[in-house]
Amino acid sequence: MGGPLLEIRNLDVAFATPRGTVRAVREVSLELRRGECLALVGESGSGKSQLFLGSFGLLAASGFARGTVRFDGRELLGPDPAPLREVLGTRVAMVAQDPMNALTPHLTIARQLSEVVLERGVLDAEAAKKRSLEVLRSVRMPDPEARLRQYPHELSGGQRQRAAIAMALMTQPDLLVADEPTTALDVTVQAQVLEVLREARDRGLALVLITHDLGVVAGIADRVAVMYGGRIVESAPVRELFAGPAHPYTAALLASVPRLDAALTRRLAGIEGQPPRPGVEAPGCAFAPRCPATTEQCRVAQPGLRAAGERRVACHTPLVRLGEPS
Amino acid sequence: MSARLLEVRGLTVRFPLRRAGLLATRHWLTAVDGVDLEVAAGQSVGIVGESGCGKSTLARAILALLRPAAGSVAWRGTLVRPGDAPALRRMRREAQVVFQDPVGSLDPRMTVGESVAEALVALAGPQPRAARDSRVAATLQEVGLDPALAARYPHELSGGQCQRAAIARAIVARPALLVCDEAVSALDVSVQAQIVNLLSELRERHGLALLFISHNLAVVRHLCDEVVVLYLGRVVERASREALFAAPRHPYTRALLEAVPEPDPEAWSGDRAAGFVQGEAAPLPDPAAAAGCAYAARCRFADQRCRSEVPVLESEGDGHLIACHHWRALPPPCGFPGPAGRPASENNGLPPAVTGR
Repeated sequence: MGGPLLEIRNLDVAFATPRGTVRAVREVSLELRRGECLALVGESGSGKSQLFLGSFGLLAASGFARGTVRFDGRELLGPDPAPLREVLGTRVAMVAQDPMNALTPHLTIARQLSEVVLERGVLDAEAAKKRSLEVLRSVRMPDPEARLRQYPHELSGGQRQRAAIAMALMTQPDLLVADEPTTALDVTVQAQVLEVLREARDRGLALVLITHDLGVVAGIADRVAVMYGGRIVESAPVRELFAGPAHPYTAALLASVPRLDAALTRRLAGIEGQPPRPGVEAPGCAFAPRCPATTEQCRVAQPGLRAAGERRVACHTPLVRLGEPS
Repeated sequence: MSARLLEVRGLTVRFPLRRAGLLATRHWLTAVDGVDLEVAAGQSVGIVGESGCGKSTLARAILALLRPAAGSVAWRGTLVRPGDAPALRRMRREAQVVFQDPVGSLDPRMTVGESVAEALVALAGPQPRAARDSRVAATLQEVGLDPALAARYPHELSGGQCQRAAIARAIVARPALLVCDEAVSALDVSVQAQIVNLLSELRERHGLALLFISHNLAVVRHLCDEVVVLYLGRVVERASREALFAAPRHPYTRALLEAVPEPDPEAWSGDRAAGFVQGEAAPLPDPAAAAGCAYAARCRFADQRCRSEVPVLESEGDGHLIACHHWRALPPPCGFPGPAGRPASENNGLPPAVTGR
């Protein structure tokens, strides 16, 4: 019981393409405790989605994942497919970004919700119906009884995303992985959906939130992991990270976000240059070409993760003092 | 007072809804409802609102890409009527547009250079080859693209590079107004910051006016002198940047500002979430929409009058306009994120929940 709920060690995800192997995730290790919310932050192409698709055997046919993924102590990526099959969709649930594609257009909400538990034999029809209503209430769906009889196209965008989250909660999972769950929503609706996720976490659900929105992260996460070029470059408790980022990339990312509460400046900070192109292999730190603090060492040697308290940083020239490589 | 470029009066766009049967009455959805708007030369006007509030429809109607049901658009004082080809051409030469999807707004079978050259020839007429090529190269350089990329196709570029190319295409014939329809919304924050900076530079360098449509209030605050808030097709508030962000009057504007997640965990402590507006903006077909304030269903201050009488825009002075029956009686919106110049530390970006307390 005491161990982490999810433990990922040295995970690599790569894709076979006509131009050779493209590495999307490199040597990523992370842990998630029960009831904890981890935000995985990064820009498009940083590997943040592939990390969790790879962990749960959901990669495209050309992709492969190597490494160790333990859920509640059981290896998911081993030769035995049984543990993965057992936990996926029951104890581990996922919510995708696009609420329309997550729902089947020709089935009622009632049917889609109960199917999740009926297919796996978790509940009988009567109990499934009762559970459906419960989860719809827990995601604060307006008028849940009426929604059950409706089809996805009859719901608004926010309601669809609530339905998709409700579907994921049907089996009472221990872990919910939500990939950009609010990106397609308006700010007012986004605030409501985040509130629903926060309540679910307060009831003991472990939550992984994959996002590029640092405002969303600040509002819900306990811990943040920042990805760049397929690697985790910094991870820290949320307040620590926002109060003083240690990796120059984290700092640049935070400075890029225009804020309502900051004094107006003529220019936004931004980050010069382009993110690394997938498939291009270079020695050294992936952020070196865009980093304001690059040294010769950064260009030749990949920095290892170093610890400072609960913080982990992979940088030769960090912005806070760190201990020896762990 | 600088010259007025664009003047929009009472612009209304309606879309027909599907009839229940052949003999049933046809209902209409009013996407844009009597919008007035002006853009002066060099001015930057932001249009904000949630999806479905008519932001993009308004932009399309202004550029005559859609036929409005009522209202008028004037360019440099001359009415641009649908079908009036010469007037339309004059406006198009000077009013260009950049859309949200950077890859989709470039022709995949044309190189970036060809795309930009095509726009130049279409708007400024045929050019000698050398002049055309040097103009294209100079424009690419201006938007921060290596002129060597002119020979590349859109699929070979990143999203940010494609958006720069789309901007190059829009500015190559030196327009006076650039309409940006969610032009930075699909980009990563670091790239978004680059494009926002590029738009600021173009404004400073060429006095380019912007009509900047976005749901991102922080970007609008950064880029726009004046802000128009739309709700279900109607202007509910219009003010200078300073007035709107320091003292928002309309309950919807306040709700919108409250819901913006600030990248600051400290700002989230306490019961901030308790004040969030509930529900979603659901467009009402006529005639239901015609009776009362469109925001009444979600507004915590709404009363009987709001449901029966459409509020008109009232002036608070200094050009600050509000369409709300109760704006004078609302609790003061003190403590909102500060206007330009106020130090961020003064309030942690934590707006108090607007409740009846």
